[in-house]
Amino acid sequence: MAPSSTVTKSRDVLGTNALRPDGAQKVQGSFEFTSDMHAENMLWGATLRSPHPYARIVSIDTSAALALSGVKCVITASDVPGKLTYGLISSDQPVFAHEFVRYMGEPVAAVAADHPETCRRALALIKVAYEVLKPLTNPEDAISGSHDPIHPDGNVIRHQRIIRGDQAATGAVVVEGEYVIGMQDQAFLGLEAALAIPDPDGLGVHLHVATQWLHEDLSQISACLGLPAEKVRLTLGGVGGAFGAREDISLQVHCCLLALKTGRPIKMQYSREESFFGHVHRHPASIFMRHHADLNGKIIKIDARFVFDGGAYTSTSPAVLINGITHTQGPYKCDNATVDGYAVRTNNPPCGAMRGFGVVQACFAHESQMDKIAAAVGKSPVEIRLINAMATGDPLITGQIMESVAPVARCITETDAIPLPPSLDVNADELELPGGSGLTSSQSNIVRGIGWGVSMKNLMYSEGFDDFATARCTLKDGVASLKFATSEVGQGFVTLAPQIARSVLGVDDVLIEPIDTEIGSAGSTSASRQTWMSGGAVDGACRLVRERLFHHVGKIHNIDPLRLVIEGTDVVDQMGTFRISVADASDGIEISETFEHHHRKTDELDEHGQGNCHTAFAFVAHRAVVDVDPDLGLVKVVQIATAQDVGRVLNPLSAIGQLEGGIAQGLGLAVMEEIVMKDGKVRNPSFTDYLLPTALDAPDVVAVMIEEYEPQAPLGAKGIGEPPCISVTPAIVAAIRNATGKAIERIPVRPQDICL
Amino acid sequence: MTVIVAKELSTALAALREHADARLIQGGTDLMVEINFNHVKPTTMVSLRDVQSLRTIRQDSPGIMSIGSGVPYSVLEGEPVLSAIPALAQASRTVGSPQIRATGSLGGNLGTCSPAGDTLPVMFALDAMIHLSTLDSQRVVSIHDFMTGVKRNVRQHDEIITAIDFPIVQGWQGYSKVGVRNAMVISVASACLVADHKHADVRLALGSVGPTIIRCREAEAWLKSSQDLTAGQSISLDIAHEFGRRAADESSPIDDHRSTAQYRRHAISVLASRMLRKAYQ
Repeated sequence: MAPSSTVTKSRDVLGTNALRPDGAQKVQGSFEFTSDMHAENMLWGATLRSPHPYARIVSIDTSAALALSGVKCVITASDVPGKLTYGLISSDQPVFAHEFVRYMGEPVAAVAADHPETCRRALALIKVAYEVLKPLTNPEDAISGSHDPIHPDGNVIRHQRIIRGDQAATGAVVVEGEYVIGMQDQAFLGLEAALAIPDPDGLGVHLHVATQWLHEDLSQISACLGLPAEKVRLTLGGVGGAFGAREDISLQVHCCLLALKTGRPIKMQYSREESFFGHVHRHPASIFMRHHADLNGKIIKIDARFVFDGGAYTSTSPAVLINGITHTQGPYKCDNATVDGYAVRTNNPPCGAMRGFGVVQACFAHESQMDKIAAAVGKSPVEIRLINAMATGDPLITGQIMESVAPVARCITETDAIPLPPSLDVNADELELPGGSGLTSSQSNIVRGIGWGVSMKNLMYSEGFDDFATARCTLKDGVASLKFATSEVGQGFVTLAPQIARSVLGVDDVLIEPIDTEIGSAGSTSASRQTWMSGGAVDGACRLVRERLFHHVGKIHNIDPLRLVIEGTDVVDQMGTFRISVADASDGIEISETFEHHHRKTDELDEHGQGNCHTAFAFVAHRAVVDVDPDLGLVKVVQIATAQDVGRVLNPLSAIGQLEGGIAQGLGLAVMEEIVMKDGKVRNPSFTDYLLPTALDAPDVVAVMIEEYEPQAPLGAKGIGEPPCISVTPAIVAAIRNATGKAIERIPVRPQDICL
Repeated sequence: MTVIVAKELSTALAALREHADARLIQGGTDLMVEINFNHVKPTTMVSLRDVQSLRTIRQDSPGIMSIGSGVPYSVLEGEPVLSAIPALAQASRTVGSPQIRATGSLGGNLGTCSPAGDTLPVMFALDAMIHLSTLDSQRVVSIHDFMTGVKRNVRQHDEIITAIDFPIVQGWQGYSKVGVRNAMVISVASACLVADHKHADVRLALGSVGPTIIRCREAEAWLKSSQDLTAGQSISLDIAHEFGRRAADESSPIDDHRSTAQYRRHAISVLASRMLRKAYQ
């Protein structure tokens, strides 16, 4: 039942196209996702959710549900034995709504029963009397104070300014805009699921769950259960994508509570519709930006105001806000800035982590601004970006010095060097035109446009947070076993970790032990951080083991261990002829070492938004070519050219997969993906109406990897997960503007925004 | 739940008589979604999947192609439909994903009768005739009388839609559908235009812009009175735009989470004028 250990055998060291150990299983449909798990004597759990964005709970009557045959228990806020709330940054979200519901879909109660259908009927029998209240849905009302607090912690989650340089500086050229970003969903395919198994003595629980961060879940869950941390164990179930949506608690506490209450294993899994209510989304945002530039287009000063709608609970809003405002300048030099940023609480769905984490919103605004500056001074999109391109050593608007490798100009010029696609063929397949299979257009209706986007993205956690990673390596009889708690959500750490072990230790056979909380934290699979952090931990543990192996070999064969190196699969004396295979050298012994990798220390921002708050940065450029049907407002993205700053490519196949996937996700935000809200209610919680790009929407991707070894990174490699989805969105929108001449300042771009 | 898997039409018809609660299922692409969302809880289902007589395409009389209600869209995308009724093949191609097209059918589109049903505008533009059978009777109803409202039609509980007769018309015909992505999307607005050279007229039907499919009788009549519609004519931009404008006037779209009424009306005017120009290129 627990995910079996994975053994990979091959000479796939770092730099090769090592294949995923679970790849064939996933393609063949035999991979066990968490939702496929089963336990003897298992019950099912289900959640009752609020139909209202904001209401007072007058009463809850569970008697009819409890009386239903097959129902084992019904729990509400009064059944939570420990802490009543949880949260990643601020513990302000109730396990079950207590007194008030603050968003549509907020959990109010949960049931355990013998069958999912029994659960469904039981939920319908729970009578909740609500006094419906007027929801706060406009973020500006949260700032102005015109609406009463909807939560004891108030309606402003965080406010932060950045004041940098000469506040009176002005430029000969001034451009501004008010940019609006809609609410995007992570839309992972593997829905939320968990299996909780109570200990036989009823004093603890083992949770199998699809999550991004086992240890953070563990501490939040155990607090709510009122159990010591050692009484709660987590094992990673098979995860089908995350993109930030599994960073917050969803069904974890509910599932454990039901298991402890019934004394039986509980399986919970969300439907697609419930998933839209069960996890946080990307923050919708309004961003005002005004750039002052000289007549050459060089940025002199930026004024900006950010408003992120955090929804009903804090989640990671404070960190998303900081990411957004500290990326106001994008990958460009800027000495003077005045930035005002708010993350606010409303009765909209809670928003939190999603790939790009606040930088997506900032980038749409700053890249739209760059094109406005270019137009104002008569320069091309490429020229204006090269004039302003940041380099290593430049100060940021926070005062932090850019210490990462920063090949911004190279990203731009190498993207620019990628050939443009051929012009639209008069005999082009109609499916390839905007409108696709709808056959709405012919070649004569189509206009082509080109647009640019360049971005900077922080890697790892910020503001003083020590998000370390732990790994253990055990070498025995020529086999390396790796133990870590790193969530594999599809990013490929289970491919990378064995590559590291093979490179460092010269082994072929690498075993990945179950991913669980039986070892120290790996931190979250987010912030493009696991290759750097958990990769650094695996690398460190393997190096410690290698040192001990060299000592062991040196002692037996009377060679100074400092002369020994790994060559292929052998331990070799660099200064002599001695050579022994790692398998033989480790025969009959066991060497085990654990390593924690910590990144450089970061600081909090002061009241003027100054401080070394970020760990490291990565850069990327995107050029989009789109075909637009201006009369119908339909778009087909033809090609995305990109050059990405990756440090070093550790697995080319895996790297291109991240780039193409991120580009598809950024394309979705540009032209179709949006959770449509009205008065705090979600209007499209399904894949029928929340549209994701299909194969016909996906562009050709032509990618160049910029490999400039990052000395701060343990493997020289930067995180590559987030950058692909950040600047591709503004690039596509710029291309639509270029094709149509329309001043589009909102994403996703809707057909009516183009043609009406 | 009881599921009756009929091999013969008569078995299915008898089951409908016997079970007042019976729901028909063919491809299941609508009904299974309704069941999964708990919107309907059928107690008896009659499956038509194995009734081979509903899966035939026949051309018994000249000028009419009779398509069984259970023929999947994946078949309708190709020959012989592609040459005989190209608009139907095009509309079939726009339905959902390959998996859905492999199982969905015209019977389902008619049974559900959603204004967004992709093939319904084709039936309206071609004046298709719907064959309905009970255990002891048969009737043929014009599509214009069949669909009576949003998800409403004249089929009685004990009737099964067996086939749809499509006239084979000489002249260009086409189907266009606007959605926010390039495939696998519910229509925001759709249109089917048929140029009938023999009768020197043009017919236009609209989907997703009213409670039923809308046949643009006034725009059609205006066009016939303003323009020679025999083969070989060409249509001026002015005529095409005016036709589009009039078609949009006949639509009655709404604002919803998929689009706005204003955009839908605009899209209809663009689609109608484009298709008219194409028809006489």
